[in-house]
Amino acid sequence: MTLSERMYLPAIAQGLGITLKHFFKKKATINYPEETRSRSEIWRGLHVLKRDENGAERCTACGLCAVACPAEAITMTAGERKKGEEHLYREEKYAVTYEINMLRCIFCGLCEEACPKAAIFLQDDKLAPARYERDEFIYGKDRLVEPLKTTETK
Amino acid sequence: MDSVVLIYKGIYILAIFGISLLIATYSTYFERKIAAFIQDRVGPNRAGPMGLLQPLADAGKLFFKEEFIPAKANKTLFILGPGIAMLVAAMSSAVIPFGDTLILGETSFDLIAIDVNIGILYIFGVVSLGVYGLMIGGWASNNKFSLLGAIRAASQNISYELAMGLSLIAVLMLSGSLSLKVIAEQQAGFNWNIWYQPLGFLIFLICAFAETNRTPFDLPESEAELIGGYHTEYSSMKLGMYLFAEYINIFVVSAVMATLYFGAYNFPFMENLRNAFDDPVLGNNVVTILGVVVMFAKIFAFIFFFMWVRWTLPRFRYDQLMKLGWNILIPLAILNILLTGGGILLYEYFTKG
Repeated sequence: MTLSERMYLPAIAQGLGITLKHFFKKKATINYPEETRSRSEIWRGLHVLKRDENGAERCTACGLCAVACPAEAITMTAGERKKGEEHLYREEKYAVTYEINMLRCIFCGLCEEACPKAAIFLQDDKLAPARYERDEFIYGKDRLVEPLKTTETK
Repeated sequence: MDSVVLIYKGIYILAIFGISLLIATYSTYFERKIAAFIQDRVGPNRAGPMGLLQPLADAGKLFFKEEFIPAKANKTLFILGPGIAMLVAAMSSAVIPFGDTLILGETSFDLIAIDVNIGILYIFGVVSLGVYGLMIGGWASNNKFSLLGAIRAASQNISYELAMGLSLIAVLMLSGSLSLKVIAEQQAGFNWNIWYQPLGFLIFLICAFAETNRTPFDLPESEAELIGGYHTEYSSMKLGMYLFAEYINIFVVSAVMATLYFGAYNFPFMENLRNAFDDPVLGNNVVTILGVVVMFAKIFAFIFFFMWVRWTLPRFRYDQLMKLGWNILIPLAILNILLTGGGILLYEYFTKG
């Protein structure tokens, strides 16, 4: 080694320069609860069962989504619409129960593509959050159906 | 000494004590912040605005943790260890001149707690006592890792204190006094010692890192090899005391370096500023207050440098550490004394002869 190499001081100064450069660099951190990383427009998140413009459920329980699902995460039971329920369900046949197991779901979006009634969508702004119990991951209609719009927007 | 001065000294000593504790507290915060910034992170930012309450949260946590004393430890010494480390660290800031003289009414107040004529000797004596805290704590833990850490701390401090003292002698040859106040006054304006003692400052700086057990010389507390060194067995606020003492030591060493080499509270053009005021008392006070600000700015710059180095350099190996201390720094320090002596003789020959 040459004398300047053996003194180490030039190398130390160089190292200090590198760390100082990083000191003033823009930080990579995203402060999660306050800010979120922007997602892609086609990002596939938590499912939602849509209602039509009158607030009736679009799903007719045809079962195509369950057939299309590669993870077999969707189960449903179909029922017949009774008189006086027209404002609740758009078609004559509707889903009495509709469950998606979020532990099985791979968020591929094939259910969305299979749906002939444009009833199921994967939202681009919601995640399936972490939970403590496994059975809490089976989402029923109570958590999947889009909430009713308020009266003035109807 | 009349009662006004006595009361003033009491208040001043309390203030200095409080300031050194405050700076040590916030050193922990800035250490984490600087570490984070150098690693492209943002660091603690949850407790209070920008995480400014983080030290309080840490202290609260430490106070509420279990005070664990190992069954076979020597209980008295085990408690005494962190106590000595803390006491000694807090004592050493007494002789540092943080500013010149404030004139209020008839009386003038020196901004120094104790103006003793052996100031620098006092600091060295007290700071080297600090190793007793580590040694006693490490030995009393009755743990091999603690003892190894303590032995490392002791031998490292002895080795580097030699080079530190020798590099200091060159400064004392220039100043002709051991009083920190006199040394500070001699560096008025921009006539700082660093211009005459660049090599001495470099040696002193390296030794200061070793004396305060900071990276790259933090072998006594290396986590990888010794779990935690001398404070392996310590928990709760006793561990906090050790860490705290380390930060106070950094503050004191930074203050000493600022005083010895970077002109203490002096700043360029201070005489021009003093003469710019019509009232000499007002001019003096303005310059003094600015001087205190400048002194603390220098201290903070050094503290920043300590942390900056910590997140840049890896740790030395123990034989490298000893080799650097004995084979390189001590001969260099002796060479520096010779050069300084020669310089002083030449200067006197040409100016007085």
